[in-house]
Amino acid sequence: MTRRVRLGLFLVAGAGLAVVLLLGFGGLPSFGHAHELDGAVVNLDEPTLRHATDVVTALNFDLRAFDTLGEEFILFASVTGVALLLRTLRQEEEEDQEITPGIEDHRFAGASDGVKLTSLLLIPLLIAFGAYLVFHGQLTPGGGFQGGVVLAAGPIAVLLAGRYLSMKRIAPKRLLEVSDALGAAAYGLIGLGGLIFTGVYLEDPLPLGVSGQLLSAGMMPLNSIAVGLEVTGAFLLTWTQFFDQTLVGPPSGS
Amino acid sequence: MGFLPFAVAVWLFVIGLWGVVSSRNLVRTVLCLTVVQSSTYLVLLGVGYRTGAMAPIVADIPSTSKLVDPIVQVLVLTDVVIEATITALLLALVVQAHKRFGSIDPEDLRPLRD
Repeated sequence: MTRRVRLGLFLVAGAGLAVVLLLGFGGLPSFGHAHELDGAVVNLDEPTLRHATDVVTALNFDLRAFDTLGEEFILFASVTGVALLLRTLRQEEEEDQEITPGIEDHRFAGASDGVKLTSLLLIPLLIAFGAYLVFHGQLTPGGGFQGGVVLAAGPIAVLLAGRYLSMKRIAPKRLLEVSDALGAAAYGLIGLGGLIFTGVYLEDPLPLGVSGQLLSAGMMPLNSIAVGLEVTGAFLLTWTQFFDQTLVGPPSGS
Repeated sequence: MGFLPFAVAVWLFVIGLWGVVSSRNLVRTVLCLTVVQSSTYLVLLGVGYRTGAMAPIVADIPSTSKLVDPIVQVLVLTDVVIEATITALLLALVVQAHKRFGSIDPEDLRPLRD
């Protein structure tokens, strides 16, 4: 099939798909007039029955706790997949032996002094904001996933500010692997705690505490920290794998 | 007006698919797939929005206030995680394709040629 035929076929199929989708969405309640009962029930129940003030996080770690377990392991599996796909192949290993000269002071290409200074200023802010998001997940917008991604951006700012190797020094691969695995395992084990103490997997055995306080909403802060650990490790591991492809090792095309 | 967000979602979905089909660069293909996926965010959030409602965070408002649907927001969070994992895996495949074939034009991938 030539390129032109393929594009022509898509024009017909795509137009048909667009019409069907438009017709289908026509049956939805118009924007701004959602009348889902479930959402309203959850909005009333989670703050009163679970003492969480961020309903989205409460849903994530309470009603959908089991889905979040799956989500955790999707991320875990994907990091494993990336590591597997980008592993050092045998013929590459031989080339790697002759370590590229000058790699010790490899700097992020094209980073101006302004970028470096801004990145330096950003590092503490990113870490603080990420930690805030992780620890206040059940109170204000945030949670393990969001906080984990912000925390993972901290070492990336180190990369922008200076050398790739200093980023690897503060976030060595072994540490990231441990963080990734520990976070995933901790979430599963917290669920096991529910099984032991209440008889139901992922059920909340902890006291709910006073709504609005840092330690409230039962096991949600623990879940949030576990997910935060895993997401930070997972994202940094993935990025490190990609950086290793270009910044370390033989320059491509040689 | 009430239909506009869904129409935009359809537009994003179809234009993203067009990008996937017409792309001559695998990195662009992967990015177009994220455009396709972003249409699902619009649909989900559009389904749960209520005019004049607040975000479902009751830290400083009473929980009886008019709030938007939190369930679709959680689904969007899942959606974002899936998109990140898929993008990472696909980009890793692109890196491998470049190593094998020395090109990231989908037409140059030998096993795919007819």
